[in-house]
Amino acid sequence: MLEFISQPWPWYLSGFMIALIMFALLFFGKTFGFSSNLRTICAMSGAGKASDFFQFDWKKQTWNLLFLMGSVIGGFIAHTFMNNDQPVAISDDTIADLKTLGFKVQKGLQPDEIFNTFTLKSVLILITGGLFVGFGSRWAGGCTSGHAISGLSNLQLPSLIAVVGFFIGGLIMTHLLFPIIFNSPGAL
Amino acid sequence: MKGLKFILAGIIFGIIMTKSEAVSWYRIQEMFRFQSFQMYGIIGTAVALGVGMVLLMKITGFTDFHGNYIVFHPKEKGVKRYLFGGIVFGLGWALCGACPGPMFVSLGMGYFTMLLVIGGALLGTFLYGLMRSKLPH
Repeated sequence: MLEFISQPWPWYLSGFMIALIMFALLFFGKTFGFSSNLRTICAMSGAGKASDFFQFDWKKQTWNLLFLMGSVIGGFIAHTFMNNDQPVAISDDTIADLKTLGFKVQKGLQPDEIFNTFTLKSVLILITGGLFVGFGSRWAGGCTSGHAISGLSNLQLPSLIAVVGFFIGGLIMTHLLFPIIFNSPGAL
Repeated sequence: MKGLKFILAGIIFGIIMTKSEAVSWYRIQEMFRFQSFQMYGIIGTAVALGVGMVLLMKITGFTDFHGNYIVFHPKEKGVKRYLFGGIVFGLGWALCGACPGPMFVSLGMGYFTMLLVIGGALLGTFLYGLMRSKLPH
């Protein structure tokens, strides 16, 4: 059992559990959508003074902020008590591709080259990446949970369009922009 | 405490996302390079079960624990906001390897530089609020 817990979990278990969480939130009278929290935090911080987009009763979203808090705790628990300390189990092809871009796949789930250095470049990458995710998820009206999981489960065409958009953006970044951003092995 | 169940649901979400490596920047790269089934399997299984679940709830008139019917609101019709917003989202998702949930899960794992990503995401959300009326929807 301990062995199982510390290994990476298979996709079907994870997919099943995510569906279960969606069920639980529906049963509690809510919906599964994580990026709304970003809007709520802006509203809490007084962004309503700058735009009416943030003028809403954010206290009604407290449940989702609690879910957010829980997810931070869940990351801590999994990392501290259920960790096998192995490198991420990605395919050899991906390891080879990333190597040509200057990434070494080491222990941990995030690359040190971006998340564990404090160069101007890595800081810009992290802030820009986050900015695009925040801007894009509000423009599209949802993120992976709200559109790809909740929206597609309700067979919503807008969600399918959004997911196609996620992939267009992701493929452009990965295949066209990564070779420019990470243009040589030492570029980081 | 009424909110405890949401914290618990969040904890389970955080553990699942970590243990299936869905929070990993590497896994997102692998997905956008079509080199593994892992991410497609996770999302595909969740959606397949979700479609059945939503359909059953609609047919049976399933009620939540307050006794209210669960209502599924259709998304507003349109193409531009979903396509353009989606593309911007995807560019960021591939670059920092995290969508909004995993940003916070990774922070819990001890990746404190995720605070830069989260800060960026809050700034992006705020900028959208400012520019919203000028953007095509």
